[in-house]
Amino acid sequence: MLLRLLLFLTSFLGFSAAFALTPDQAFRISQGESDERIAALNEAVVAADPALAAFVQALLADEVKLAGGKALIVRDGKALDAATGAAVALPDGAEDVINPNRVRRELEAALAGLRLFSSDRSERAKAIAELKDQIDDSRLAVIEKAEAAETDPALKDQLGLLRAAALVTSADKGKRLAAAKLLADSKQPATRSLLIERLAQEGDAEVKASLRASLGTVESRLAWGERLGVLFTGISLGSILVLVALGLAITYGLMGVINMAHGELMMIGAYATYMVQNLFRQYLPGAFDAYILAAIPASFLAAALVGALMERSVIRWLYGRPLETLLATWGISLILMQAVRSIFGAQNVGVENPSWLSGGVQVLPNLTLPFNRLAILAFAALVLLGVALLISKTRLGLFVRGVTQNRRMASCVGVNTARVDTYAFALGAGIAGLAGCALSQVGNVGPDLGQSYIVDAFMVVVLGGVGQLAGTVYAGLGLGVLNKLLEGWQGAVLAKIMVLVFIVIFIQKRPQGIFALKGRSAEA
Amino acid sequence: MSGAPSLAMADAAALAPRGALLGARGWAAVAAATLTITVLVPLLNLMVPEDNALHLGDFYVSLLGKILCYAICALAMDLIWGYTGILSLGHGVFFALGGYAMGMYLMRQIGTDGQYKSAMPDFMVFLDWKEYPWHWALSDSFVAQMLLVVLAPGLLAFVFGYFAFRSRIKGVYFSIITQALTFAAMLLFFRNETGFGGNNGFTDFKRLLGQPLNSPATRVLLCVITGLVLIGFFLMARAIVHSKYGRVLQAIRDAETRVMFTGYDPVIYKLSIWTLSAMMCGVAGALYVPQVGIINPGEMSPAASIEIAIWAAVGGRATLIGPIIGAFFVNGAKSWFTVAFPEYWLFFLGALFIAVTLFLPNGLVGLFRRKSEGVRTGHDA
Repeated sequence: MLLRLLLFLTSFLGFSAAFALTPDQAFRISQGESDERIAALNEAVVAADPALAAFVQALLADEVKLAGGKALIVRDGKALDAATGAAVALPDGAEDVINPNRVRRELEAALAGLRLFSSDRSERAKAIAELKDQIDDSRLAVIEKAEAAETDPALKDQLGLLRAAALVTSADKGKRLAAAKLLADSKQPATRSLLIERLAQEGDAEVKASLRASLGTVESRLAWGERLGVLFTGISLGSILVLVALGLAITYGLMGVINMAHGELMMIGAYATYMVQNLFRQYLPGAFDAYILAAIPASFLAAALVGALMERSVIRWLYGRPLETLLATWGISLILMQAVRSIFGAQNVGVENPSWLSGGVQVLPNLTLPFNRLAILAFAALVLLGVALLISKTRLGLFVRGVTQNRRMASCVGVNTARVDTYAFALGAGIAGLAGCALSQVGNVGPDLGQSYIVDAFMVVVLGGVGQLAGTVYAGLGLGVLNKLLEGWQGAVLAKIMVLVFIVIFIQKRPQGIFALKGRSAEA
Repeated sequence: MSGAPSLAMADAAALAPRGALLGARGWAAVAAATLTITVLVPLLNLMVPEDNALHLGDFYVSLLGKILCYAICALAMDLIWGYTGILSLGHGVFFALGGYAMGMYLMRQIGTDGQYKSAMPDFMVFLDWKEYPWHWALSDSFVAQMLLVVLAPGLLAFVFGYFAFRSRIKGVYFSIITQALTFAAMLLFFRNETGFGGNNGFTDFKRLLGQPLNSPATRVLLCVITGLVLIGFFLMARAIVHSKYGRVLQAIRDAETRVMFTGYDPVIYKLSIWTLSAMMCGVAGALYVPQVGIINPGEMSPAASIEIAIWAAVGGRATLIGPIIGAFFVNGAKSWFTVAFPEYWLFFLGALFIAVTLFLPNGLVGLFRRKSEGVRTGHDA
């Protein structure tokens, strides 16, 4: 009677009632040789009965006892019939079920197989991922059934791949051949290792050839993802380098000032971001995700202010003496670094990504583009555009260009060159602050932040040539991509060294950088 | 107060009498310095009892030795920057290469007294290396390593300088590229696979030529040798800047294009003084390592190299005594600050960089000279 009720209930839930777990099956799963038990288990899994899930769970928890040809779930001293769920008296002399490791693994896989039919999509996706790790053709039946029932196209694809992975272990050569062909369509990185593994085990030459062909297809498809990944990290690094070097290019291009404190101006931008973040956390926790929008102008202004102060107090006395400027700005960088250490401590401070910048977009199965990197890419492009417009379209830009081309003549026609110098230096410093704000989203914020980028930034300026925004962009992106390409080949340190050697050699050919200003001066 | 003319004027006095290497007062000062370092220092350290007020403690002997090494670096920097107008921000790499060459020999001298009681240096045992890498082939020979002390930095400087000077890289461009050079070398030496002990470098030395390094006599002897080397280098530098060759160097500093147009090839002059300067730094590094007892890639950091430039600038560029005074002043201040007010040292050093460039283009020596000859030099610095 109860059994009938259960049957009714299960059919009501949409499962095929004809295959429900029977007491006999439950018993066979629990007792006997491992192979027989596994066979019984696989037979039962296809039915996808929720009672089986409970039963398997109980088996895994060692809660099943055997008595009188029946499997009983014993919990808190009460016994339930495994198949029907009816309460029964616990007979004397009930035996414990012992699960060898192999059976235990099978039970776990069966549980995952059952979850393939869950109504929750993420549950099903998880089950597929679990099954992927230990697949063989005994799962075939349940996977086929799940694939037929699956409505989500992405999951259906994954199940198809899973089926191929199961088929390829089949004893039937024809099935293996078919599976090898099927696997060639896979977009999953895991397929490669599966194919390599099977290739080592496969004895049949024909299947082997087919496997190898599929492996080639999969590898070339994955290789594209990897290549694009390297390219993306390279461009991402390049965009950071462009941001960092842009300010340097302005100060050096305009005034011939090598600003060794540029890295510390970036650090100030990053710490300004940190402080804005803290203010938002304290006073506007509801709008925390928007803090970055307030941090961008704050970091620009903070760094620009320090830059203007530097220019007014030290640098303007040193125009025309680049080596002295270099040493004085180095001194400023030491003071700024120590000041930050005294105020904020020598430890790194935590800057959190806003929630809309965490995570990423998955383009290919083995290529995910993080949002914060994409945002920096867009940000660098915007800053670049802004600077280009400022230089080419505004009155200040006109003055800046005039002073760069001929300082004395600009002064003669009434340009206040000292003020233009201050503005331009503050602009370069402010862009360094923006770079610091961007860096706070991808790296550590600490007193040494600027030091790690300054050598690279100078290399970008040297390579790109002076006074050319386009040169800075090409050199920054080029160095970023080159660095990442070499990194994949030789490791990070050697890659960096090779890039430096490359620059030194490149300078041999074009001492003025990629975009040299043409002229006849002997004093280049 | 533009830089180049004031420098040239400060030098006018040094350039005019081209005859004797040093005046009578100069020779007297050299003799006094030689006597101080060879007689007074050992006497005060070894002979005078410890409770006597005149006793020179071991700490001060090693500090003196260290600063003397730095002074050699500053002198080398002065030859290339003060007299030839080329600012190197990468002299630390030559210093460290000399130090590593000496360190390799000292590592071999440890023998089986290391932590692991192995004939191999500890870090190689730690990395499970069974045989020495190729660049350690000669490390057991003192003579070979001493040759490496000058040859390794010299070769690096020659190759680097050849390419840089040939394509007429100068000014700040050159400075930045030398900074990249030392930065790259630092990264290279940080790797364990490079075979120089990774980020720990070499340390825990026991003996040099069979003599224990921790004995007072060895320490004083090393200090004395360093002092004599410095005096020797000083006289050599004096001879160089007083020769015709030295005059060409100074002409290159003041107007390289004109030198070129009058028929000189600046590349040869720049390359030779650059290589010599690097070798001097290498010697300084080799003397530094046994006295300090450690060498690691930190010596190649861009910050360490730029400090050498500030020693020369503080003392006074384009004078030979200036860099030595500068090295003593800055490092003396450093060892006092880092004990008394550790957190203010970088503030002081930073302020020193700014103050020297803004107010003391001729350094401490220039300050002194201006007071005594204020009317004659007559510029409004």
